[in-house]
Formats: sequence, C-alpha cells, structure tokens
Amino acid sequence: MGYFLQQLVNGLTLGAIYALIAIGYTMVYGIVGMINFAHGEIFMIGAFISLIFFVVLGVLGVTWLPLALLLVLLLAMALTAVYGWAVERIAYRPLRGSFRLAPLISAIGMSIFLQNYVLLVQGAHEKTLPPMITGGFELMQSGGFMVSVSWLQLIIVGVTLLLMVVFTAVIQLTPLGRAQRATEQDMTMAALLGIDVDRTISLTFVIGAALAAVAGLMVTLQYGVIDFFIGFLAGVKAFTAAVLGGIGSLPGAVLGGLLIGLIEALWSGYCPSEYKDVAVYAVLILVLMFRPTGLLGRPEVEKV
Amino acid sequence: MSALLKISGLRAAYGQIEALKGVDLTVGAGEIVALIGANGAGKSTLLMTICGRPRAAAGTIVFDGRDITNLQTFAIVRFGISQAPEGRRIFPRMTVLENLQIGATTAAPERFDRDRARVFELFPILGERRHQRGGTLSGGEQQMLAIGRALMSQPRLLLLDEPSLGLAPLVAKQIFGVIRAINAEEKITVLLVEQNAHHALRMAHRAYVLQTGSIVLSGTGAELLANEEVRAAYIEGGARGAA
Repeated sequence: MGYFLQQLVNGLTLGAIYALIAIGYTMVYGIVGMINFAHGEIFMIGAFISLIFFVVLGVLGVTWLPLALLLVLLLAMALTAVYGWAVERIAYRPLRGSFRLAPLISAIGMSIFLQNYVLLVQGAHEKTLPPMITGGFELMQSGGFMVSVSWLQLIIVGVTLLLMVVFTAVIQLTPLGRAQRATEQDMTMAALLGIDVDRTISLTFVIGAALAAVAGLMVTLQYGVIDFFIGFLAGVKAFTAAVLGGIGSLPGAVLGGLLIGLIEALWSGYCPSEYKDVAVYAVLILVLMFRPTGLLGRPEVEKV
Repeated sequence: MSALLKISGLRAAYGQIEALKGVDLTVGAGEIVALIGANGAGKSTLLMTICGRPRAAAGTIVFDGRDITNLQTFAIVRFGISQAPEGRRIFPRMTVLENLQIGATTAAPERFDRDRARVFELFPILGERRHQRGGTLSGGEQQMLAIGRALMSQPRLLLLDEPSLGLAPLVAKQIFGVIRAINAEEKITVLLVEQNAHHALRMAHRAYVLQTGSIVLSGTGAELLANEEVRAAYIEGGARGAA
C-alpha cells in the first residue's frame, strides 16, 4: 500500500510536467489546427535557459533561494516565449493558407533545427544541477514503507493545477481568450469583426512556450539532468497526453498528462519498466477506440 | 449626397478564377443600396473584397475619403465597416452574448451595455437566448445574431449578404423591417446583397445588377423594379420559387 502511494506521488509529479507541455500542444492545435512538433524542443530550451540562469545567478551571488527561483522562472518564461514567438513567425506564419501538411513539415524541420542548435552551442553532454529545493514530509507509514512527498513535488503539482485554472479562466473570461476561441472557430469571421488574427495566434504560441518553460524549470529542479534530446521524448509524451485528454481541451491536456505520468510510474513500480511506454500507448489506443476525440474532447457535431 | 464608399475598377480573383472584372460602385452616406444578381455573379465576393478577403487584384476602394484597398481585414472594421456575411458564420461554440462581445472588439468598451441593449431591442429573441450557444439557434435567430453582432462595432456602413436566405417569409419580413429601422433611425448606410430581388429593390434607394463579375445595370430601386429585363431575370422567374 505504501509503495503504491509512493508511485502515485511520483507519477503525479511526472504527469504534471507532461501536462504543462501538453497545454501548449493543445492550445496551438485548438487555434490553428496544427501540431506544433517543435513544442518539445521549446520545452528543452526552457530547461536549458533555466539551468543557465541558475548558474549565472550563482556566480552573481544571488543565493537566497526564493529570489533565485522567482528570477529564473520569470527570465526563463520570457526568453522561451521569445523562442515560441519566433518559431511561429519564421516557420508557420508564412505557410498559413498553404496546404495542410506544409506547416507540419516545417514544424518537424524546426524541431530538428532547434535540437541541433542546442547540441551545437551546449554540447552533447548531459548538464546537471545539484538539488536546490530539498526536504519534504512523510505522508504516512504503511506496511513498513515510508511514503514521502518532497516540497518540490508539491510545488510542481500545485503550480500545474494553478496554471491550468488560470489559463482556463483566461480562455473563458478575458477578451484575449474570446479572441482565441473566435479565431479557432472561424478565422475569417474573427478578422471581419476586427480581431487581429495574427497577433492572437502569436500570443497563443507565446503562452504555450512560457508554460513549456515552467515545465523545463521543473524538470531541471526535479531530475537535475538535462541534455539536448529531452525535448523529443517529453514532446512525444506530452503530445500523447494532449490526444488522450482530447486535443483542443485544456483540462483534457492536464488530465491526459497526469494519467500518463501515473501509468508510467505505476507500471514501472510493478512491471518491467522497459515496457512502460508500451503501457502508455496501449491505454492511448484503447481510449481512442472508444472515444476517438479523447477523454474530454468534444464530439464534432454542431448544428450550423 | 456624399459618397461614403466609392469602388472603382475593382478586380478580384479566387485562385485562377476571376470573380470581379472591374466593378464601379458608389454608396452614398445614409443610403440603402441593393446589389442583385444570379448565383455566382460575384455579389458575395464584392462584399468580401471590400473587407480585404480576397484582396483586390486591381482597382481602389475608398471609404469616407480614405483608401482602404490594401488595409488588413481587421483594420478595416475599425474605420466603420462591418459585415454579416454569407452563411451567417456565427461562432457555434460561443454564447449569443459572447458572439456580441466579439462583434464589439473594436468598439469603445463603455458603449457595450447600450449597444447590447439596442440589439436585444431590435431582436428580443436574442435577449431571451443570450446564454445559449450560437450553434443551437435556428436559422432565423442566427441571421439576427449575425446582424446584431455586426451592429456591435458601431459601423457606419453595414454589409449584409443574403439576410433573408432560407428564412420563413415572416422572419424575413422582420429582418427587412430591422434593416429599414437601423437605416432610418441610426443613419447606418447599408449595402445589401439579395436573391430576393423584389424585396431588396422595394426597400433600396438605389441598386446595381451584377452579372458574371461586372455591373450591367444601375438605378433607383423603383427604376429597376420597373425594368423589364430585371423583372424577367430576377423577379418573375425567381418570384415563382420565392412566393
């Protein structure tokens, strides 16, 4: 029982990180109907920027942890957002109105480019960061097994849920969110009513990239090891999460992310961990067989 | 009478197909101008080209003395042109109220309550359904919402594309009544595309006949209504189906 709970805690932490990345996939898909395959790389860049700023702040002597964390968080979000904006501007916007596969191919190209760019400037070696947020508490003693939750795990899950709530509210209640939904539903009509569609799409990429930066920071803090390739695997998992939850749905992305994290952790806890991805994709296939639009996706029936 | 909208030599194409072949058209401030013509004559294309989609291939569009030919679509609305387009294009997964809010994107926020109240006064059914999603409205209600949404930007020129299409005669009558009312009471200029030529010509001050991308005839509504060719092509032939 205790072991099970511990895997649950670990799975939720991993799942929260997937969820943050998945939100970026789902928002972009929702608004422009394309999969931004470079999004995993944006997350990887967010992780590198976080690590670099931790080192820089260490050199500058900013050692008070809350201040350092806040500074890194803001700087990483801002800089990564610039990358997200640039990717859209360079690789996708010129192809808008082109055939459907064009931006997809361009996205894959962007992904390869960003990976190799980081490989070139940062090298192939893993970069490590010593644990910065230590400590936690013991949840319970069960069956001779101590279930512990670290402060960091708590922060990761808490921040993810908070960001999900905030961005769901942004999309439902603010003018920007309304413009995003209008653009999603009918781009031409949105423009006819005075919405700057290009700007709305840019902002969507900026928000997605900023959230990926938060995920990058979390991974750096939680696992302490990053390299230029982490974006690929995390990207594929987060994309799977978005599809599992129902692509286009923000709560769906978070649900999908948490589920995949849980499946991975629980499978690894009881079964050969090499097969954990098999378990993840088996669940994905099962869900799509019975709910082709994902768990929280909306069925495409509208009376028009 | 001063020209609010002046279109000269306008050409536009969808891909290889030229839909407008040099259109000249003027809409005076305060007028209702009708544009009639058969399916595929280019009526909807003309309204969309005024809004920059597709972009004009040649010619100029001058609105209130300003050349808007090459402005971005979203910017054109800011000058005071709004459109209830072909097919209504209601945002199906947004509520009636949200559709109106999107319509008010370029309007001063402090006017929102007043403008919304005005739309609900013109179309009381929209007020009753304000929290209902656009996709669940009937065709007539969607048309009302499309017009109401276009009014929320406080336009000086309203472009209406087939507002009576597919509607029950009573609903169509109500919509024509509202178009007259906003033109008379709020001095909103209207450029109206209609299949229902009889109705359109009766309420229009002036009208144009568009045929395969060119203007072939123009005059006052009454003149065109009395014109033999117009009657034969657009009224008597069509009236049997519409009556």
